[in-house]
Amino acid sequence: MPSRLTTLFFPGPALDAPTPLAPADTVAGRSLTIVVAIMTFLAALCAGGAVLVANASAEWRGEAAREATIQLQTGKGRDIEADLKTAAAIAEKTPGVHSVRIYTRAESEALLTPWLGEGLDLSDLPTPRMIVVELDSTGPADLDRLRLDLIAALPDATLDDHHLTIARLGDMARAVVLATIAIFLLVLIALGVVVASATRAAVAANRDIVDILHIVGADDALITSEFRRRFLSLGWRGAAIGGGGAIGFFALAQLLSSQSHAGAGADQMQAMFGDFALGLAGYGLILALVAGVAWLTAWLCQRTVFQYLKDINS
Amino acid sequence: MLSLENVGLRYGDAPETLQDVTFDVAPRSFQFLTGPSGAGKTTLLRMITLALRPTRGVVTVLGHEVGKLRKDDIVALRRRMGVVFQDFRLLDHLTLYENVALPLRVQGREETSYRAEVTELLDWVGLGGVRDMRPNVLSGGEKQRAAIARALIARPQLVLADEPTGNVDPTLARRILRLLIEMHKAGAAVLVATHDLGLMDQYEPARRLVLADGRLLVFE
Repeated sequence: MPSRLTTLFFPGPALDAPTPLAPADTVAGRSLTIVVAIMTFLAALCAGGAVLVANASAEWRGEAAREATIQLQTGKGRDIEADLKTAAAIAEKTPGVHSVRIYTRAESEALLTPWLGEGLDLSDLPTPRMIVVELDSTGPADLDRLRLDLIAALPDATLDDHHLTIARLGDMARAVVLATIAIFLLVLIALGVVVASATRAAVAANRDIVDILHIVGADDALITSEFRRRFLSLGWRGAAIGGGGAIGFFALAQLLSSQSHAGAGADQMQAMFGDFALGLAGYGLILALVAGVAWLTAWLCQRTVFQYLKDINS
Repeated sequence: MLSLENVGLRYGDAPETLQDVTFDVAPRSFQFLTGPSGAGKTTLLRMITLALRPTRGVVTVLGHEVGKLRKDDIVALRRRMGVVFQDFRLLDHLTLYENVALPLRVQGREETSYRAEVTELLDWVGLGGVRDMRPNVLSGGEKQRAAIARALIARPQLVLADEPTGNVDPTLARRILRLLIEMHKAGAAVLVATHDLGLMDQYEPARRLVLADGRLLVFE
């Protein structure tokens, strides 16, 4: 006996109900279901990808804007640890600064790992030291005053407020989001064309049935409604499989992402897509896509049958 | 019941398939329509079933002039006709019972209102024992009897049969003819298109309409 969930997603005829006039399970119908499922899956992946990239880009810019970095050069006979403490103290006194953290030598060297690789002895290199200044989110920090105070006390110190990075990140994020949306729209067009073609083929395979219904006295409204209902069911089934697959894919990616933070690859993926959390908006978009594809399939079928009936009536 | 006056039909620029066809079918009458293959029998039947419009002349079906019919009228007229095809044209995804009940179902009637009628008719054509089977597992004779039952179930005033015995052996052909004669005796006007002269000889009272080269000759 089918479960409630199965019945909800794959509605079939009720017990003792008459067999639908448009056949329920045909080769053309199964092919259409598969085509709809694959195209919906691809479109849902694109839609979810666009949402993830858009969310991640907002995070990139937000994180970069909430931080500033003080950089101190080592060498030249200076006591770098003392300079770090001085710079940190100046920063802490600056209005709008929430907290200050001095990166240890090891942490500073670790930042070079993606470029230089692991296992290198960097002790002989004049690795610059960093202080990360976290800014208050409530109001703007007086970074101009901080910059002047730092130069007065430590001429070698530089302050990076990330404005260039933020601008570049913004441009890049917009480009990536626009590209993803363009791909999504192309996939949507391809989905429309492929589903239209498959629907027409499936209706053509049922043309004899339309003829017979016509000859035994079925009116056009009954014929189109029988086929629309059948194809809505096929479209819904295919779209639910494709959309469900995409939702499963994103849920699995989120799970794996939360469990695996090791390695440069994982870091890059996380930087690009965040934690793969689509959020309600993302899942809502996929569900809307599923409903839209099911409706599109039914509408195309109705149009095709209606056109065929118009041809044989004229 | 049915009347054609100087009817002609051509497809595109081709010569006329039917030329100056004139004949009447009276209520409760029985006629054979014969002629060689390609003479236009099926075309003529399609015109009578309102699937084709004449390019000239006047066709009147069940009291309605075809050229003046609205879409709703066409549906209503089709419901007063029963049609039997050589290739049966049953729906393979429906059971025999559902196939026979189809003309009543598409009229929007509840299944309970016609169940006894359909069961009785299936018994009458000898298919009561296979009512829940699908057509693709039945013999040609069984399919044709089901097609005849489907044509009869809505008590049509006009029954059209296009080569109804074309796909069955002579014994079954005689049985199918008897069913058509029963339909005639029950009050329907019957027009059977066939090129089987032996079949026509089995029912002498029938009128013969002979179609050759697109023209029709009537033998009373």
